[in-house]
Amino acid sequence: MTASKKLRIGFIPLVDAAALIVAIDKGFAAEEGLDVELVREVSWSNVRDKLNIGLFDAAHLLAPVAIASNLGIGHVRVPIIAPFNLGLNGNAITVTNALKKALEDKAEGDLTDPKVSAKALAAIVAERKRKGQPPLNFGMTFPFSTHNYQLRFWMASAGVDPDEDVQMVVLPPPFMVESIVNGHVDAFCVGAPWNSVAVDLGIAHILHFVSEILQRAAEKVLALRTAWAAENPESVAALLRAHKKAADFIEDEANREESCRIISAPNRLNVAPEITRRTLDGRLKVSPDGSYRESNRYLMVGRRGAARPDPAQASWLYAQMVRWGQAPLSENLLNAARTTFRPDLYDDVLGAGDLPPSGEPKDGVGAFDGPPFDPLDLEKHLATWNVRRR
Amino acid sequence: MHSDSNLKIIIVDDSPVRAAILEEGLRDAGHLHVIRLEGTDNLLERIYAIDPDVILIDLENPSRDVLEQMFRVSRAVKRPIAMFVDQSDSASIAAAVDAGVSSYIVDGLKKDRIKHILDISISRFNAFSRISTELEQTKSALEERKVIDRAKGILMKRKELSEEQAYALLRTTAQNEKKKIADIAQSIITAAELLK
Repeated sequence: MTASKKLRIGFIPLVDAAALIVAIDKGFAAEEGLDVELVREVSWSNVRDKLNIGLFDAAHLLAPVAIASNLGIGHVRVPIIAPFNLGLNGNAITVTNALKKALEDKAEGDLTDPKVSAKALAAIVAERKRKGQPPLNFGMTFPFSTHNYQLRFWMASAGVDPDEDVQMVVLPPPFMVESIVNGHVDAFCVGAPWNSVAVDLGIAHILHFVSEILQRAAEKVLALRTAWAAENPESVAALLRAHKKAADFIEDEANREESCRIISAPNRLNVAPEITRRTLDGRLKVSPDGSYRESNRYLMVGRRGAARPDPAQASWLYAQMVRWGQAPLSENLLNAARTTFRPDLYDDVLGAGDLPPSGEPKDGVGAFDGPPFDPLDLEKHLATWNVRRR
Repeated sequence: MHSDSNLKIIIVDDSPVRAAILEEGLRDAGHLHVIRLEGTDNLLERIYAIDPDVILIDLENPSRDVLEQMFRVSRAVKRPIAMFVDQSDSASIAAAVDAGVSSYIVDGLKKDRIKHILDISISRFNAFSRISTELEQTKSALEERKVIDRAKGILMKRKELSEEQAYALLRTTAQNEKKKIADIAQSIITAAELLK
């Protein structure tokens, strides 16, 4: 019953690869009869291409990249499925000390409220325009990334047009901090540990955890080629079981120290375990003055139904692609986006019932602004917003 | 071939030596407009300013993701860009990824012309990695010789052996323990330091 072939799985060194790394390095995959080689990569384009052409059997991938691959936008169309969600949320929006000060000056209320901060940003943008100053620059990690959509959703809620009023630039995560130092960006949205690195250097503040923008956003998925998954159902099932064990292991606080040690290892994230610990604990230093912010939904690895892919979140991500002109709107594409996420496979292997408990947002996303999201009526979602490309 | 000499080709590579080897290969093949870009600052703006037909980037370069932004619909895009050749040509994609080079190609170029550039890049990348491996091997051979010389010196002094006898002792010990001479030499050095 076991797959004897060696599997190659690609990943980017980020804390949200935790379930994958622990599944392999803690031996859960081996217990399932899998022989896996983890391959660290430097760019999402590499991960995507190597998965597409079969150099990887599976990959730690940005959820929107998996969806875009199915839609054939931004790159060649390769059918991809995501039967396991490696994490919800986990990014943060970080701003330079200067922008933080400017936001404080304009804020009408508590800046930790994204409505207040977005309005303050709009006031700054308007003032810069009046004075003929260059637009603010925002760094994010990839055109098809939750980071991109979270930043856009946030600023556009107050009327800031991300394509016209500011500059959105793709920056590889390791270059984010340097870009603040040399003045190339005024803010960025990135995953752990880069926000903490900037705060520790005393050059920036964490303005928001993205879970303040959206309570449940699919961040990274375990991505497989549809064809490979169809040919290797036993390997897929074994992978899912190993990942579920890993996610449960990580979420158990008794194992926190060991989890952090495993994922921080030199051949994995290669950072101090203390830094990954802050992310898994959801307790981050947000300001150079040493103040902390805590959230029980900063990065959700498996708790509260986080690991089971939710097509409503795929709908939301596709809706953002349409809103910002990356993809046309059609029933077929919506369906392709939704069926990228495979809760049915998850349920087949791990049993049904791993649903979000009561208290989680009913629409599956829980955005800070706008009416509840209807994952089947994107026209309605798009019509809600004044700032959009479509 | 004549029209190819007009293609503007950008090379983005963190290794100046490899970039130079690649540039030379492309020039030899008749491509006159080859521009090397270094550093990561404002990469996209610099690329737009040059307005290239083809961009070659090494796969170890995280800035590859920056180039993906060229696909985004925005005021910055001047014309559509296709990556690699087209969807059907997965063999050349695979070869390029294997060699460690990726290419971004402006839409509208003929497939065979791109294939040509990609072929040169792949063979140059492979040549560079062969050279690097050889250099690495030479370097470690040199290191090993230094270690063996030091161990010989220790043995000669402690056991009052000639150089030949010291080497023979190292060799037979290595054979008996099924280890490399350099490994035995390293243990002798470590032991000598501990016993200082």
